[in-house]
Amino acid sequence: MPGVPISWYLILSAVLFALGVSGFLLRRNIITVFMSIELMLNAVNLAFITFSYQFKQVDGQIFSFFVMVVAAAEAAVGLAIILTVFKNRRTLNIDDVSTLKN
Amino acid sequence: MDVILFLIFAVIAVVCGINVVVQSHPISSAISLVGVMGSLAVLYLLLGAEFLAAAQVIVYAGAVMVLFIFVIMLLNAGGEIRHGRSIMAQVLGIPLLFAFLGLMAFFVQRLFPSTALVHFGAFQHGGAQDVGRALFTRFLLPFEVISVLILIAILGAVVLARKELE
Amino acid sequence: MQLWLIPILPLAGFLLNGIFGRRLSKTVINAIAIGSVLLSFLWVLKTLAGLGDLQVAHTEQYFTWIQSGILNVGCDFTIDRLTAVMLLVVTGVGLLIHIYSIGYMAHEGGYYRFFSYLNLFMFFMLTLVLAANYLVMFVGWEGVGLCSYLLIGFYFDKQFATNAGNKAFIVTRIGDVGFSLAIYLIVVNFGSLDFGAVFSAAASKPEGTLTAIALLLLVGACGKSAQIPLYVWLPDAMAGPTPVSALIHAATMVTAGVYMVARSAAIYTHAPAAMETVAIIGVATAFFAATIGLAQNDIKKVFAYSTVSQLGYMFLGAGVGAFSAGIYHLVTHAFFKALLFLGSGSVIHALSGEQDLRQMGGLRKKIPWTFWTMVCASVAIAGVPPFAGFFSKDAILAAADRHAPWMYWVGVITAGMTAFYVFRAIFMAFFGEYRGKAHPHESPFVMIGPLAVLGFLSLAGGYLFKVPEFLAPIFPLAAESGDIGPMAISIAFGLGGIALAWLFYIAKPELPGQITTTFSGLYKLIYNKYFVDEVYGAVIVNPVVAGSREVLWKGLDVAVIDGAVNGAGSVARETGGLLKRLQSGNIRSYATWVLFGSVVLLLVLGVMGGLR
Repeated sequence: MPGVPISWYLILSAVLFALGVSGFLLRRNIITVFMSIELMLNAVNLAFITFSYQFKQVDGQIFSFFVMVVAAAEAAVGLAIILTVFKNRRTLNIDDVSTLKN
Repeated sequence: MDVILFLIFAVIAVVCGINVVVQSHPISSAISLVGVMGSLAVLYLLLGAEFLAAAQVIVYAGAVMVLFIFVIMLLNAGGEIRHGRSIMAQVLGIPLLFAFLGLMAFFVQRLFPSTALVHFGAFQHGGAQDVGRALFTRFLLPFEVISVLILIAILGAVVLARKELE
Repeated sequence: MQLWLIPILPLAGFLLNGIFGRRLSKTVINAIAIGSVLLSFLWVLKTLAGLGDLQVAHTEQYFTWIQSGILNVGCDFTIDRLTAVMLLVVTGVGLLIHIYSIGYMAHEGGYYRFFSYLNLFMFFMLTLVLAANYLVMFVGWEGVGLCSYLLIGFYFDKQFATNAGNKAFIVTRIGDVGFSLAIYLIVVNFGSLDFGAVFSAAASKPEGTLTAIALLLLVGACGKSAQIPLYVWLPDAMAGPTPVSALIHAATMVTAGVYMVARSAAIYTHAPAAMETVAIIGVATAFFAATIGLAQNDIKKVFAYSTVSQLGYMFLGAGVGAFSAGIYHLVTHAFFKALLFLGSGSVIHALSGEQDLRQMGGLRKKIPWTFWTMVCASVAIAGVPPFAGFFSKDAILAAADRHAPWMYWVGVITAGMTAFYVFRAIFMAFFGEYRGKAHPHESPFVMIGPLAVLGFLSLAGGYLFKVPEFLAPIFPLAAESGDIGPMAISIAFGLGGIALAWLFYIAKPELPGQITTTFSGLYKLIYNKYFVDEVYGAVIVNPVVAGSREVLWKGLDVAVIDGAVNGAGSVARETGGLLKRLQSGNIRSYATWVLFGSVVLLLVLGVMGGLR
């Protein structure tokens, strides 16, 4: 067949997103958790672009563009936080950063 | 042709994604993530988003991931030691995940019948010109706001990461 | 005519003494209290003089109190001949008792409080008497009950006094329930509470309704006027100061029931069954209370039971249709019973608080004024002609004889018993040798004065105030039968009672002891008031209190209401406790919840968004 069904792209996006969520839930290293978040964002980008193709408009790509910018900003600030946490607690274990408990 | 390309790079993306989650050392995860991003860039190209494919490689893979790798090496974290898990996350999370996936797949199948196909080159308006035009006309306000956001992020990162004043 | 001034003046006295009394000197308090009642009395006289003949009632309407649907109740006062009689008794005797109280309460604490309560009582009593509709009367009714409670429990630091006050209030409350129900029935059946409207329409209403109303009114009257079965509060009410016993529990408040029955004569005459009930209750109470009075040793208790008994006479009079005879006896009773109480107060005052007859004796030489005035009252109550009590009691007994001879005979025997126990008290207190330990001294003039006035009224009141003739426009006089047989028999019984008392307590003082030993069971029964209080306690009071404690308090209040409120609190707390586990501080569980939420959202959107 000449083309790829759109649904395949979307399913791929869902799979990548699910992988990101599972990484977020299962890993304990903060940085790995962060990377799972990036994975999720990428999956979302793919979905946006797929829809941009679907509706033959460039708007989806603009959204994707903004997502990328936000992800970059978030990565910068988040890593700065991780650095501070590491300086104070000497641990990268996400379960140890739970002083908001109860 | 499109199908083969899609399949190859989709498989690479998924495998690298699994690798991100499974690897114990963060560095390996980071490298795998770069792989994911690269394959995604190709997929964007297939979908006709040339500008974004380039942006993906330059910004995401080239800048953000490099930042990650810098931080990992700076912290010298080392591999994860397995002890103490979140029961909630495991017991509840995995089934929920599958539920989520299943639901998504189901809805997607219902909404997008297989007659909708993606050809390479079918969408011509993904180039820099079109994206730029849209960005500076219809999406001007978000664009400006995003620049403020980046400024705030820079300020935040600087404040957070500097040395404490004695 | 400004009828409203009559009750308002004592109310002003109450307010002034109540608010400022603490800082005022005794003279000022006396002036305010006595002055307000004196002015009220003078205003009554002026009003009556100004109204002339009073063949027809004179009504004044002040403002509309309730306007709701068909019911229109105004604050109205009315004065007709019956009201005039009551007003004169209340203000006149009230004035004398106020003056007496200056001397009696001179050494008691709470002086200003006593007089302010007394004035408040006058206000409510006058409102009751002047009322032109049942609701205003009820206001006065309740108010005198309140003042009675306040004054009985005047010595509030004594447990028996506060208990007596509670008992009075609660028992009369039971009567008030009857009164309230009667008012509701009147509203439903007559559409109005005004005396004029109700009484003129009474003839046309079905007898069953009128009987129900009349019986319920009777319940109220039994409570307030201490008839069977609600009389038990009156003897205990002797715990209050003696002027209170004289004013409230002899002359005025307890007569409110009789007044109410007389006022509602139009209803009662059309409900013969209810009138019969009134008469039966009256004669039964008269007999019953007289028997208890025979054996009491506390001088005030003797007169308390005597009051219950005499009130029974008044109800008997009303029940056999001789309403004016009942009111006549009300007036003469006010004179001699108030005198008896005030006199005993004087005796108690002379003996510095002793009330037991067995500790008295030979006082006639030591407190002669008190002695002679009390003798006047005693011959009056014994029905010796031509003194006051004879006329009124004879009028009632004659009417009873015309109605049902057995009532006459019970009444006559009771008259004999009345003479006996009153003179027993006189002989035990004033004759023989003094058996006590105090130093009897005569009371001050401010106490003797009222005694003298009342003594004169007890002797001459029957001639001076021919009440039945005065009330003839309202209560038509019955035809005299001209038969002096019944009259002679009652006089004989009265004199016989006095003679028997002489025998028992002067001539042969050992006789009482012998009789009590011979009839010891009967004597114990009478001495303990037939154990009525104990029976009430066991049958009514204790079950109610136990029920309140177990069911209402522990069961309902604590378990249900508090349980519901506390339960709501603990539900909130438990829910909070459950929800707080969400905030585990564990980022991954947060993520799980987010995932959960998104799955739910997807489901909802998919199902409701209508995936087509």
